[in-house]
Amino acid sequence: MNDMRRIERATDMKETKISARHVNVHYGDTHAIKDVSVEIQDKTVTAFIGPSGCGKSTFLRCINRMNDTIDIARIDGDIRIDGEDIYDPKVDPVQLRAKVGMVFQKPNPFPKSIFDNVAYGPRIHGLARTKAELDEIVEKSLRRAAIWDEVKDRLQQPGTGLSGGQQQRLCIARAVATEPEVLLMDEPCSALDPIATAQVEELIDELKQNYSVVIVTHSMQQAARVSQKTAFFHLGTLVEYGETGDIFTKPEDSRTESYITGRIG
Amino acid sequence: MTAVPLLWLILIVLALAAVGYVAGRSRAMASAGGNSRALHSLPGYYGYNVALTVLTPAFGLLALWLLIQPVWIDMRVSALLPDSAIADSSTRDLVMSDVRRVAEGLQILGAEGAPDVVDTSFLEGLRDRLGNVGVALGSEIDAAVYRAALSYQDMTRVGTGLMWAAVLLAAVGGFALSYMVTNKDFRARNTVERGILIVLIGAASIAILTTLGIVLSMLFETRNFFADYPWQEFFFGTNWAPDFRGNSELAILPLLWGTLYISLVALIVAVPIGLFAAIYLSEYASNRVRAVAKPAIEILAGIPTIVYGLFALITIGPMLRDYFALPLGLGESSSSVATAGLVMGIMLIPFVSSLSDDIINSVPQSLRDGSYGLGATQSETIRQVVMPAALPGIVGAILLAASRAIGETMIVVLGAGAAAAQFNRGLGELVNPFEAMTTVTVKIVSQLTGDTDFASPETLVAFALGLTLFVITLGLNVLALWIVRRYREQYE
Repeated sequence: MNDMRRIERATDMKETKISARHVNVHYGDTHAIKDVSVEIQDKTVTAFIGPSGCGKSTFLRCINRMNDTIDIARIDGDIRIDGEDIYDPKVDPVQLRAKVGMVFQKPNPFPKSIFDNVAYGPRIHGLARTKAELDEIVEKSLRRAAIWDEVKDRLQQPGTGLSGGQQQRLCIARAVATEPEVLLMDEPCSALDPIATAQVEELIDELKQNYSVVIVTHSMQQAARVSQKTAFFHLGTLVEYGETGDIFTKPEDSRTESYITGRIG
Repeated sequence: MTAVPLLWLILIVLALAAVGYVAGRSRAMASAGGNSRALHSLPGYYGYNVALTVLTPAFGLLALWLLIQPVWIDMRVSALLPDSAIADSSTRDLVMSDVRRVAEGLQILGAEGAPDVVDTSFLEGLRDRLGNVGVALGSEIDAAVYRAALSYQDMTRVGTGLMWAAVLLAAVGGFALSYMVTNKDFRARNTVERGILIVLIGAASIAILTTLGIVLSMLFETRNFFADYPWQEFFFGTNWAPDFRGNSELAILPLLWGTLYISLVALIVAVPIGLFAAIYLSEYASNRVRAVAKPAIEILAGIPTIVYGLFALITIGPMLRDYFALPLGLGESSSSVATAGLVMGIMLIPFVSSLSDDIINSVPQSLRDGSYGLGATQSETIRQVVMPAALPGIVGAILLAASRAIGETMIVVLGAGAAAAQFNRGLGELVNPFEAMTTVTVKIVSQLTGDTDFASPETLVAFALGLTLFVITLGLNVLALWIVRRYREQYE
C-alpha cells in the first residue's frame, strides 16, 4: 500500500524549475544567506518559512535578482532557472524579472488607473500589438487574479483607491500579465485581513497550475494550507526542505520541530 | 511726563511680571504646605500663570493704545483747524504734518507758557528758535497752526498719561486677580496652556494681517492711480512712455510681455536642467556623489542676485551678442531677453532641483521595487512610475520657481536693460530674444526712485504695477494648488 503511493508520487514527479547551489549572500559585513542549496519544482507551491531575519526574503529576492538594486549586496553561488544560470553576465536582469514575477509584502499599486497598472508590464515588454490584444491580456490577468468582477466597471479609476485585499490581487494580476514562469511572493498576505487572505490563498492554489510559485510566509497555517513543498530557514541556513506534510508532521531536524511548535521564532 | 520714555513703562511691566512669577510660585507652594506633589500643577506653572496675566493684558492694551492714540488726536486737532488756515496749494494733510512738527519742536523747547497775544513777531521768533533745535519749517507758522500744535501737545500729554495709568492698572489688576486665584487646586497648567495658545494665535494673526495690510495699502494707492489715469489705457494700451511733465503713456502690456518672456526663457533653462539633475541625484547617484553634488548645486541658491546680474552683464551678455546675435543678425545689444533669461534660469536651477529631489526621494521604494519586479528598466521606472507619483510636488516646485522669476529685478536690470518693449515696432522685435526688454519689477523701482511726488500718476503707477504682479503670482499659486489637488486624487 505504502509502496503503491510512492510509485504514484514518482509518476507525478514534476521537473525542477529552479535549482540553487551553494548560494551565499552578504550585505556589507553581514552574512545573510549561508550556503543554501534547494531545488524548486515546476507547477508547485513552495513555501519558505522561518523566524524573522532568517534570510528567506533575501533568498527569494536572489531568484529574480532584485538584490542587484541594493548596492551593498553581494551574491555568490549558482542559481539556475530551466538550467540557465541567471547570474551569468549574458543574462539581462531586466529580462529575467519579466520571466520571474514578484508580489510584495505590502500592496504597491502604481499611481495609475487599474487598467494601466495591469497593462504596465505588457506595454514595457511589447506583449500586445493592438489595443484589443492589450484589453484581452488585462482582462485575462484580472480574471486570473479573481478580481475582474469587482473592477470591470471601474478600470479607469486609480488602483490606489481599491481596498487592501483588492490592491494585492491587482498586484498579482499585474505580475501575471507579463506571462512569467515563476511567481515569487514575499509575505503577500501579511497586510491583509482574513477574508482577503483567504481570497489570495485560493488564488495561489489556482496559479500553481501554470506557474512555479514560491511564497515566503510567517504563518505556518498558511504554509500548510497552500504549499506542497516547504523549506525551513534559520539564521541564514536552509535547515530542512521537503514535502509540506512531512515537515509539519514529522520534521527531521529538532530546530524545525521547535519552530513549528512555537518554541523558537 | 511724556519725557519719561516708553521703555520705562515696558520695563516696569516686565519687572511686575517677574515679581508675579516668584510670588505666584511661592503662594502656590505655601497653599500646599511646601509639598509640591499636593499641587495640581508643577510650581513653575503658577508662576507663569501670574506672569502671563500681568503681561498679556498690559502689553495688549499698550499696543492698541499706541496704534489708536495718534490717529484719534490727529482727527481731533484736524477738526480744530479752520479752513482758512489751509493755503490754496496745500492740503489738510500737509498742514497737519506742520502741526505735528511744531508740536514736536515745542516739546524739545521745553515748558514755555504761551503768550497772551500770538502775533507775527512771536511766530517768527518761534520759527527761528525751532530751527535752532533742528526742526526746520518750510514756511511761516500760521497762528491757527500754532494753536493747533499747542492743543496737539496737550492732548498727547494727557493721552500718554492716561496710557501709563491704564497699562499699569491692567498689569497690577492682572497680577492681583491671578495671585488671588492661586492655590493648590487651581489648574495653572491648563491656564498656561491656553495663554500659550493665545500667544501662538497672535503670531499667526500678525502674519495674516500684515499680508492684508500690504494688499490694502496697494489697493488704496492703486485706486488713487486709477482716479488720475484711465484703467483701459493701463491694461490695454500698448505703449510705456512715462513723462514726469505729464501726458505719460503708462500701459502695462509692454512690461508684462517682458516679464513673461524673460520668465519663460528662465524656466525653459531651469526646469529641464533642474529636473534632470534631481533625477540623477535621487535615482542614479551613489551616496558619495550625492553628498558632494547636492550641496554644490545648492550653493547656486546662496549667490546674491546682484552677483548673477554682474555675471549677465560682463560675461553672458557680450558672449551671446558676439556668438549668436551678431552672426545671426538678430541684434547688437548685449542686454537682451536671452541674457537675463539664461542667467535667471541658472539662478533657478537649485530651486527646481533641490525641491524635486526631495519630492522624488519621498516616493516610496515599494513602487520602484514593484516596477523593477515587472522587468522595467530604471529609466522606464522613473518615467512611468516615479514621475507620475512625484508630479504634483514637481509642479509645485516649478511654479515656485516661476514666482521667483516673475519677481526678479536685479538680473533683469543688468542683463536685459531698462527699456520697455516697443509694441509699435512689430512682432519680430517683440519675440526676438536678443532684443533688450524690461519687466514690471524694474519699472516699479525706476518709477519710485529719485525725487518723487506721490500724487502724480507716473509714481502711483508703481502701485498698480505691483498689485497686478501680486494678482498674477497669486493666480499662479492658486493654479499650483489646483493642479496638486487634482493629481493627488489620482495619485495617492
